[in-house]
Amino acid sequence: MLIKPAADIRSSEITDRKLYLNRREFLRAAGVTTGVAAAAATGVLATESVLHAAAQPAPHGRKLPNVQKSRFSASPETDKPNKWEEITTYNNYYEFGVDKDSPSMLARSLKPEPWSVVVDGECAKKATWTLEDILKGETLEERIYRHRCVEAWSMVIPWVGFPLANFIKRCEPTAKAKYVKFTTLNDRKQMPGLSMPVLRWPYVEGLRMDEAMHPLTILVVGLYGEVLPNQDGAPLRLAVPWKYGFKHAKSIVKIEFTEKQPLNSWQEEAPSEYGFYANVNPTVDHPRWTQANEHRIGEFFRRKTLMFNGYGDQVASLYTGLDLRKNY
Amino acid sequence: MRLPDRAIRFGLKPLVFLSSLGPFAWLVWAALTGHLSVNPLSDLTNETGVWTLRFVCITLAITPLRRLTGWNALVRFRRMTGLFAFFYGTCHFLVYVIADRFAGLDFPDGIVALSTVRNLAKSVGADIYKRPFITVGFTAWMTMVPLAATSTAGMIRRLGGKRWNRLHRLIYATAMLGVVHYWWLVKADISRPLNYAIIVALLLGFRVVRRSARKGRPEGRPLHQPL
Repeated sequence: MLIKPAADIRSSEITDRKLYLNRREFLRAAGVTTGVAAAAATGVLATESVLHAAAQPAPHGRKLPNVQKSRFSASPETDKPNKWEEITTYNNYYEFGVDKDSPSMLARSLKPEPWSVVVDGECAKKATWTLEDILKGETLEERIYRHRCVEAWSMVIPWVGFPLANFIKRCEPTAKAKYVKFTTLNDRKQMPGLSMPVLRWPYVEGLRMDEAMHPLTILVVGLYGEVLPNQDGAPLRLAVPWKYGFKHAKSIVKIEFTEKQPLNSWQEEAPSEYGFYANVNPTVDHPRWTQANEHRIGEFFRRKTLMFNGYGDQVASLYTGLDLRKNY
Repeated sequence: MRLPDRAIRFGLKPLVFLSSLGPFAWLVWAALTGHLSVNPLSDLTNETGVWTLRFVCITLAITPLRRLTGWNALVRFRRMTGLFAFFYGTCHFLVYVIADRFAGLDFPDGIVALSTVRNLAKSVGADIYKRPFITVGFTAWMTMVPLAATSTAGMIRRLGGKRWNRLHRLIYATAMLGVVHYWWLVKADISRPLNYAIIVALLLGFRVVRRSARKGRPEGRPLHQPL
């Protein structure tokens, strides 16, 4: 309809030999292009996994004994805990892939038992602690915390754990210990996502000493009264409810007391977007999206994000005099 | 390959049409029956966005495929795939308006109120202005609007083939902006947007190579055929 063929061929339209040869070259190039395009299409199919396997909620684990209620838990009237299925199929845990549902499918290869944690740095009790040693004498509490991801979604999660401060005291940090550095397991056999150079592995996080000693900061070993599922950071992870989710180091294998501020993985990856403090702050936007509100998983209307994720009464005093706009 | 006109019109075209609707039908079904993830709003946003980009790529692939295979009837599917790109792009934009903007509004006078409309328009406008990757995504969608509007045979006639072809090269911009939009929104793993960047680069590169291969042809021959 667009192309009217000429009735006859004008001499000006006869292709000269040089162009004719060019055409051969062109066809060869086109062949190569087709090959590359086919490879690219295969790449797309491979990385997009067009046929998505279904996310799998974690199987239920062993019930944890003697779990106490905590006064720090959020009120169920304003913050109803998210479902088990939500908390175990929607995870940012890049060691098991970058998709939210991939940890639910891939984290089964993690072996949380037996587990030990290396304690190192500025402290008296440098040693390899077994998980049993760490838990010895601790009373487990259920802490229902609001959990706010830097990506602007949130959940309410009934963690089971105990104050990190208790464990830190047992490690006897020296006067030089200003920060605590947490390192996540870095084992390709257990964590298929480590083969992707998305972040520089192992995953590292850190807290200032006073943040780490704060009564809201807990080491988590359970969820909904049961042993922590692998995709949520089994067997030992952090919960620091006034900070964005990426501060919550998972599957911790090393705790180090340092004099200098540790360089946490996301800050290393994109320092203009992710800082060391990462306090939930509705007034300081991420460069690419707003932090003023959030999508609570399971709800349609977005919620206003609260300063320090609603834990300001307990933690705001940690940051007096600190410019939170600069120290995001 | 030569297929009778009737086979294309009554066989292949309806088949391509229905399969192009497939992702949409699947998304609607999955959303209504709870087969999406626990964050269905994000699934709908991502899926409609990626399908937009896929249809833009399919549309851009038609001319190279036609040139390489000599199967000219392929061009008869180009309007359809292009309109599906626009369709998925529009779904993507609407999901964003509803799930990202409308769901984040305050409703001082209740939901059904004039202020809701005003606040929604303000919220969308401010967001497009403020967030660069939204600006780019919105621009990408905008570049498809005139293409969809001039997709009818009547509009081709009215514009004339040459001008119509020139206008429809806007899809090159759509593709590039779409890739930038995708690239810009991922947090760390760029492998998916990189795939599309490579595909778009190849599809546009084909045209550049072909154009330079045709340079030096005798003057005066009109460039009737779209590249």
